[in-house]
This record gives sequence, structure tokens and C-alpha cells, in this order.
Amino acid sequence: MTPANATMPVLMALVDQRLPSGGHVHSGGIEEAVTDGSVFDVRSLSDFLLLRLQSAGLVGAAIAAAAAGPDGSGLDCLGLESLEAETDARLASPIARSLSRAQGRGLLRVARAAWAAPSASLTWRDVGERPHLPILMGCIATAAGLMPLDAALAVAYQTVTGPATAAQRLLSLDPIAVAVMTITLSDAIAQVAHDAALAAQGSHRDLPDLACARLDLVIERHALRPNRLFAS
Amino acid sequence: MGRNHDHDPHEHVHLHEGPLRVGIGGPVGSGKTALVAALCRTLGSSVNLAVVTNDIYTTEDADFLRRNAVLPDERILAMQTGCCPHTAIREDITANLDAVGDLVERISDLELILIESGGDNLTASFSKGLVDSQIFVVDVAGGDKVPRKGGPGVTGADLLVINKTDLAPMVGADLVIMEGDAHRVRGDKPVIMTSLQVDPSARLIADWIRRELFTHAHRGQAVVTHAAHEVARGA
Repeated sequence: MTPANATMPVLMALVDQRLPSGGHVHSGGIEEAVTDGSVFDVRSLSDFLLLRLQSAGLVGAAIAAAAAGPDGSGLDCLGLESLEAETDARLASPIARSLSRAQGRGLLRVARAAWAAPSASLTWRDVGERPHLPILMGCIATAAGLMPLDAALAVAYQTVTGPATAAQRLLSLDPIAVAVMTITLSDAIAQVAHDAALAAQGSHRDLPDLACARLDLVIERHALRPNRLFAS
Repeated sequence: MGRNHDHDPHEHVHLHEGPLRVGIGGPVGSGKTALVAALCRTLGSSVNLAVVTNDIYTTEDADFLRRNAVLPDERILAMQTGCCPHTAIREDITANLDAVGDLVERISDLELILIESGGDNLTASFSKGLVDSQIFVVDVAGGDKVPRKGGPGVTGADLLVINKTDLAPMVGADLVIMEGDAHRVRGDKPVIMTSLQVDPSARLIADWIRRELFTHAHRGQAVVTHAAHEVARGA
């Protein structure tokens, strides 16, 4: 008999920063926030990440949960098309839209190598070469036998951890302090994943649609800089 | 593994198809970009090639190549490496694989992609998932103990280039010791001593790449031949 938590190691692998899906070149706006001086220490980093988690993180997590389907059975082609449109509509910044697809492209390379198809009614070809990152995360959850809440949790967690690591590098922060900050945000991450999975049970049109002007601005400004260490 | 547990994970992995990918790594200032420029000039007229750079700041090396007009703009792609140039060529090669994919899409019949690492240290090396072969460049001015110290780049690279031999008298480096140490830590793998000041065409290294190109182009045929032998033996 399969142990009840047999899928847990897959979830851990998906959010492991060693997963070679290109996450390490993205700072989620942190490089720009460090450059403009608004993030300068662990506390200001934590504030930025909480804002990111509860806006872009919630939206992304809900999209991922929706992509995994209400019961983990995943999307069909029509569902995929509708979720793509709803995702595009929720990313106000054109740069954010292209970044989401760029990161999906990287994760897709891992997904295709690990799982034969996203679900019984979809192929990897159906999701395209550059799927939105949270949609792909939901598809992977389905392929791996994970639940929508797991997909939401993965996206919410990564909303925090990727930029946290980038900040650690850019500001030479104490890595223990950054780890503690991430652990301190656990309750908020779990809450966002829960809310996202709940919201994803309805129609795609009713998914959370919070936008955050500050995040969109840093992403857009960052893309205009000629000299950058990170792709976002 | 979920519902697709009977899927063979290797079935979808097609590395090393398409153009030959050669990684060029080495410490800061050893002459990687100058070597890439020289190779573009020497090979550019006969080989359909492109370059990917992995700089600390996005475009420094790419700009150097553009300024020196060794390649048209569309054949040079600069990667962001998120403060970690060695991660981008070893642990998480995604951005570089994207760049390879973009170049193959953009330029038909591409034969060679030179992937230059950001200046790093002696422990940096390219993932085999990214490149078919790799060149590690050290320089005489870095001190004649560098080959002896080893590290994955010096010991493991398919070709070790010891550059700036013209500087040896000025920095008190002993070229005989360097070459001897290099061969000692590398076994049968080749070492080229050169100076791009003296030979701006990087002729010896270009010749080595031409041989790699030949091997790469004929690898499929070698497999066929081998398979034919197997069939013949079985029959």
C-alpha cells in the first residue's frame, strides 16, 4: 500500500531551490527594490515579501490550484484556454506576463522529462512552449498526483523563497536571519495557499484578482535597466 | 511519482542534438572573451556560429564582442546570472538552455555555439547537460602554481588553455613547470600554451574546435556504424 504522504517528497523537490528550472536568475523585483533603497535589511525584506505573498502570491497560488482542477484531476483544453486568459488578465505588467512565461518555459523542461503528460486530457504540447508558471505548477501537481492545495502551497512558498535568496546575495544578509524570516512567514504562506485553493474551487473568472502597483512598478523599472544581475 | 509512474523519464531528454556547444570557462581576466572574439574571427567565415555570454553584469562581454564586430548582433546573447555565474553554467542551466534554444530557432543550420562563462574561480565547470565539450582558460599572470592547484576546470576540461605566455618573463612564471604540472594533473587530455597577443587568430584552439565539430557532426554515423556491426555480428 502506498503511504498517505508519498507525494510529499515530490512537492519538496518542486520547491527545492536546486530544482533546475531557472529560478535563481529571478529576484521577483528584489533587485530593483534594493536599487531604489526600499529593501535594505531583513525587516524591509520581510515587509516586501509579505506584500508580494498576499498579492501576486495569492493570485499565482489560486491559478496553480485552478490548473490542478477542483479535485486534482487537472484541466482539459478548454479549461486551459480559459485559465490562460484569466492569468494574462491578472498580470497588469506586460513584463510580469513575459516573466511568468519565461519561468514556465524553464520548469516545463523538468516537467516533460519527469512526467509523460499533465493529465488524462492534456499533453505537454497542449500547454505550449512558454506556459505561465503557476498554470504549469498546477499541471505538474496533477501529473504527480498532488492536490490543488499542494500546487497553491508550492507557488506561495516560492513567491517568498526565490526573492529571499536573491536579497541574501544582493545585500550580503545573514543567511540564518533570512532563513528565520522565511520560517516566520510560514503561517502567512499556509494561509495564502489555503485561501487560494478555496478560491480556485469556483469559476476561473472568480479567481482572486489583486494587483499591486508597487510590485508592477519595480518589475517594469527593473526591465529598463541596462545593467542587471537578475532577469527580474 | 503519481499517475505517470510507468513513463520512462529519459525518453524526452534530447541533449546534445543540434549545433556543437562548447563551454569556455576560467578565472576573471584569463582571456576568455578575447579568446571567444579570436575564435569568432578565425572560424566565423567557415563555421555557422553564435555566442552566449554569462556575465556578472548582463552585457559587458557581449558588448565587447559587438564593439569588435566579430559577429552580427543577432548571433550574440547575454544571460543574466543572478549574482551566480557558476550556477548558470552548472547547477541550473535553464537560462543558457533557453539561449541555445533561441539561437537555434533564430539561425538556421547553426553549427557551433560558444558559451562563455562569467569570470569565476578554479572550481567552476560546465554541466554536461549544457555543453558537449569545454575549454578552461587560465593565464600565466595568475601564477605558475595554478595548474598544480587543479580544480574541476583545470583537471576535467576537455581542453586546457594556458594563455598570455608572453607575460611569463615579466611575472616570473616558469612555463615549463606550468605545462608539466598541467599534463600531470590532466593525464592524456590536451593542453595548449598560447598568447593571444602573439597569435590573435588562436589558431591551435580553432583547430581543436574544428576537430570537435567533425566528431560532433559524425557522431550519428558512428552510432549507425556500430549498430551495423552489431547487426552483422548477430547475423
